[in-house]
Amino acid sequence: MSEFKTLAHEGLWKNNAALVQLLGLCPLLAVTSTVTNALGLGIATLLVLVGSNVTVSVVRNWVPKDIRIPVFVMIIAAFVTIIELLMNAFTFGLYQSLGIFIPLIVTNCAIIGRAEAYASKNSPLLSAWDGIMMGLGFAAVLVILGAMREVIGQGTLFDGAELLLGEWATALRISIIDFDNQFLVAILPPGAFLGLGLIIAVKNYFDERKKAQAQPDPSPEKAPRARVTSLT
Amino acid sequence: MKLTMASSPHNHSLKSVNKLMTCVMLACVPGILVQSYFFGIGVLVQLVLALMCVSAAEAAILKVRNRPIWPTLSDGSAWLTGVLIAVSIPPLAPWWIVVIGSVFAIIIVKQLYGGLGFNLFNPAMAAYVLLLISFPVQMTAWQPVNALLATPLSFVDQLSLIFTETTQAGVSLDVARQVIDGATGATPLDHVKTALSQNMTSSEAMDNLAFSRFAGEGWQWVNLAYLLGGLYLLKAKVINWHIPVAMLVSLSACSALGFVLGGHTGVAFHLLSGATMIGAFFIATDPVSASTTNLGRLIYGALIGLLVYLIRQFGGYPDAIAFSVLLMNMAVPLIDHYTQPRTYGHGARK
Repeated sequence: MSEFKTLAHEGLWKNNAALVQLLGLCPLLAVTSTVTNALGLGIATLLVLVGSNVTVSVVRNWVPKDIRIPVFVMIIAAFVTIIELLMNAFTFGLYQSLGIFIPLIVTNCAIIGRAEAYASKNSPLLSAWDGIMMGLGFAAVLVILGAMREVIGQGTLFDGAELLLGEWATALRISIIDFDNQFLVAILPPGAFLGLGLIIAVKNYFDERKKAQAQPDPSPEKAPRARVTSLT
Repeated sequence: MKLTMASSPHNHSLKSVNKLMTCVMLACVPGILVQSYFFGIGVLVQLVLALMCVSAAEAAILKVRNRPIWPTLSDGSAWLTGVLIAVSIPPLAPWWIVVIGSVFAIIIVKQLYGGLGFNLFNPAMAAYVLLLISFPVQMTAWQPVNALLATPLSFVDQLSLIFTETTQAGVSLDVARQVIDGATGATPLDHVKTALSQNMTSSEAMDNLAFSRFAGEGWQWVNLAYLLGGLYLLKAKVINWHIPVAMLVSLSACSALGFVLGGHTGVAFHLLSGATMIGAFFIATDPVSASTTNLGRLIYGALIGLLVYLIRQFGGYPDAIAFSVLLMNMAVPLIDHYTQPRTYGHGARK
């Protein structure tokens, strides 16, 4: 059981794909202008990650080591194609609004990273759990960033949720602040970088505080590494 | 090698950060006075507002960072940032513009990078760019000089425009800033850009109420006043000559070349309009974010001049000082790396 717990902690917090590994920044920065877009892409990435992790794990003993990367990429591409066709069929509005970033999930380093670092060495069940947790961690950051940018930029939340969830979700739209002037920078790419930087700062703040509580003796530490990638 | 400290006297310019910043702020005074003479008392209102906001923001973030508040605040660098933000935004812009700008400049651009001396970008200009891309309408709403306004604005009206966005009589800024012939007055740079995009000839573009002689009523005097302040800074050895001279020479060369090749705007127009002079002497010379070697300063200034001309001529925004300075701020580490002077006694002369 403890393996599952460790994986959950790693994926959601300690080794979060977006906040610690800083992988998959391209979609992270590009589509998080609203919660709906962020949630849509987060779910799509989550599904691809779980699918590819399980498949890679199943075939791990038959794939020659030398050509494993092309094989992994093909597996991931297959799942991305499935997701893309599904979104095209069932959430067409969101499909249009995410545009090129759905096919680009293939290039999301978080996915091939997990295939290489975890799924190719572990059992399908563990790999599936790892995929779920990593995907959830990534999706959570997407949604938080999307919420920040949407509230600051447009003063709304869940604008356009009906694209993802169907007609009933129109009622989800919350208007928090009514601006005469949109704060455009939050919606533009610089806002995504600033927002991500602030979220990472908040995470580091909590980590530092936890460390300080666990170890009351304040011995000064030498420059901590910003990226911790534990590949066990 | 043993480095021994010789006994005193040591040569020291006796300039603390506080003294330098005070000097620069004093040098801004003629420019600010001329600006408020031409564009109304709103300039001073924005100035007070900006100074209050930067002080509050600096105190707050220093508290969060557990740093001593008064020693850092009293070095004056935050106030200088406030002054530069206040003079670069339109005098009748709503109050929250200057508040957002000041808070962003101090907290994000300066203190999150580590405070004075560590910021990669010029805080005032980063804030200006943030405001310009976020609120393009408010940030380009410069009113024409007072003398050309259809109805002169009283002090109370200007205050009311800044804080409630209408005059006392309920007139909005768009109406209040109409000139005598009924057109709203854009800045000269803005006006030329619009006119040329409507396929007017250059003489038509330059022939406008807002234009007298070189660079537009008011603007040329504002620029000359900042030039005066800049010369004082040079005289007081607060700034080196390299950056302003390189920038102005390069801007003049570009605009002269452009004019000869059939451009519409001459050298005097470029030198005396927009933020050229305050940019050359007060903004590009920021000791933290500018290049630090003499050769590097020349390159840095010259490239700013080139970028200013290119963006003004071909870019989408009317003025270009802020964008050029920020772009060159990014290039500063590279420039500094390649222009390190030869240490005396080390390496060979090439």
